[in-house]
Amino acid sequence: MGHQRYLQILGLISAVIAVQLFTYYTDTGHHLTQLTMSAYYSLVIIGLCLLIGYAGQISLGHAGFFAIGGYISAFLTTHNFLPYKDNYFISFLSKSGLLASREDLYGGQILIFHPWAACIAAVLFAVIVAYLIGGPVLKLKGHYLAMATLGFGIIVYKIVLGTEKFGAADGISDVPSFVLLPGVEITGKLPVRIMNYYVAWVIVIICMIILLNLINSRIGRALRSIHGAEDASNAMGVNTAKYKLNTFVLSAAFASVAGVFLTHYNGGIGPSEASVMKSVRYVAIVAVGGMANLWGALIMGVLLNFLSLRGYFGTYDDAVFGGILILIMLFAPEGLLRIDLFRSLKGMFLKISDSKEKT
Amino acid sequence: MNIELFFQYIVAGITYGAIYSIVAIGFNIIYNTTGIINFAQGEFVMIGGMTAVTLHSFFPLPYAILLAVIITMIAGALIEIIFIRWLVNPSVLRMIIITIGISILLREAALYIWGEKVRGLPYFTGTSVSSLSIGGVHVSPQVLWVIGISAVIVVALNLFFSYTMPGRQMRACASNRDAARLCGVSASNMITLSFVLSAGIGALAGCVVSPITYVQYESGTGLAIKGFTVAILGGLGNSMAAVAAGLILGILESLSIWVMPTAYKDVISISILLLMLFVKPSGLFGSKEAASLKEF
Repeated sequence: MGHQRYLQILGLISAVIAVQLFTYYTDTGHHLTQLTMSAYYSLVIIGLCLLIGYAGQISLGHAGFFAIGGYISAFLTTHNFLPYKDNYFISFLSKSGLLASREDLYGGQILIFHPWAACIAAVLFAVIVAYLIGGPVLKLKGHYLAMATLGFGIIVYKIVLGTEKFGAADGISDVPSFVLLPGVEITGKLPVRIMNYYVAWVIVIICMIILLNLINSRIGRALRSIHGAEDASNAMGVNTAKYKLNTFVLSAAFASVAGVFLTHYNGGIGPSEASVMKSVRYVAIVAVGGMANLWGALIMGVLLNFLSLRGYFGTYDDAVFGGILILIMLFAPEGLLRIDLFRSLKGMFLKISDSKEKT
Repeated sequence: MNIELFFQYIVAGITYGAIYSIVAIGFNIIYNTTGIINFAQGEFVMIGGMTAVTLHSFFPLPYAILLAVIITMIAGALIEIIFIRWLVNPSVLRMIIITIGISILLREAALYIWGEKVRGLPYFTGTSVSSLSIGGVHVSPQVLWVIGISAVIVVALNLFFSYTMPGRQMRACASNRDAARLCGVSASNMITLSFVLSAGIGALAGCVVSPITYVQYESGTGLAIKGFTVAILGGLGNSMAAVAAGLILGILESLSIWVMPTAYKDVISISILLLMLFVKPSGLFGSKEAASLKEF
């Protein structure tokens, strides 16, 4: 069972490399840009999959966490803090090396946050917000939970849309590249497109390993028991409130990390990233992937986001996702990639390997 | 603080509050008979308004509104029959996602049919600049139309639910569906009827308010959120409380302009929704006993 997980990861790694080589030899390297963006979006989706599919709690506000991550890191890495240089707090940060000086477009000196510092601040803020609202929100069920998370998403959207410092309807642009390690940076510049493709996928693979291990552990079993029957699992000694909250916070952290990285990759972020339609889209993809199916969510997340970003759905982009939601929920609430199909294949595989061991 | 300005804001608040109440009542009618929240409720308001504007270029105003309401009612019935009627014991999560999907499709269809243009019916009486002076407060005649028609809807619904056969059957389904079935009430027809009814009053609300606020393909979402806030504030399923809650929310929102920029107006009302859900999900007027029977 344990080895199977790593075989799957190995499969993912080879698929990632194969796709890159394929685009290299067929001279379709421009597809890598959308594949990189899809990789970051699928971070939100696998985190949401853990929350909806395994813990059984719906969230219609995850675009809000994505936007918190993206907007805070964008703001801290573009806003000039030079006028506040003498402020005690800012000078303290500057001395600790968290701030960096750089030249702006007009050659003037500006003082901004180092992307790593901004990233940590953004994710930390998203996690704190998730903790604060998660406590009361996750006490709710059904429609009330859906509406509360939707309400949170709308509040974030209205705040970024109505705040001048966040660029109002234009969003924030000219976000600098994010130097992860010397020589490795997240940026949309063409010469480093292949490297960025691999950076994004390495991040996705790390997150997948974390989540796969999580769902196959004691925590994962506890989450599934909550999904099955919350009262029963509570009676069996599972601290359901704590598990639900931690899952919510973890998925919010995934969404905010995705927001930070994608903002640096695109060089900017706009209010549409926080819109309700984005949140609904993430839920739609989790549903298509089969709710409690991390691999389904990842595959569908990459596929649908790639098709959408390449513009295959044209002006019907939102309508396609609405249609997908309805069709899946009406006819295949278990998801397109039926989990049973995998299980039966898995069963077959295990039977073969069992009989080999016996002989 | 200028006292006249204060009353001006109050009037504006009551106008919006009346519309929110009507949307909330639409939520409640469907919630009571089916136990589901129809996330596409705001789209009924939008479709009603948009259809009336289009029809108004062919028919005089009253007929255009009447036809628009009937068309939206048919749309409501079709939606229920196509998407909801044949589902066997759907889970709440499934219903939430399906109605969200429906609302997206309706919005996109409206975008395809009417484009992004903002439209509105003409003022029912007078023009956009005519106003009545009531005790020093200037009130547009359309505001009186909005408040008046909302009041008529509330009274008519009450009479319908108390004295007519279908109204009583719907109430029977709401309180105990199995018992109603045993008494020969067709529960599935009552659910269709509840969609027709809430589509109809949503469409009427869309027509009355369109001269003031205008309608656009995406104006349904905002109204749905406000309507839901009001429904929760009053206690889900309680239509009379929704009216009071609607007026409270409308006035609070309108007065909030004093302390916060207009851009954050919606933040206020949604924060109220969240606070209410956290503190007292049974609503301002919800009783504890009734709340203990519900699943929040």
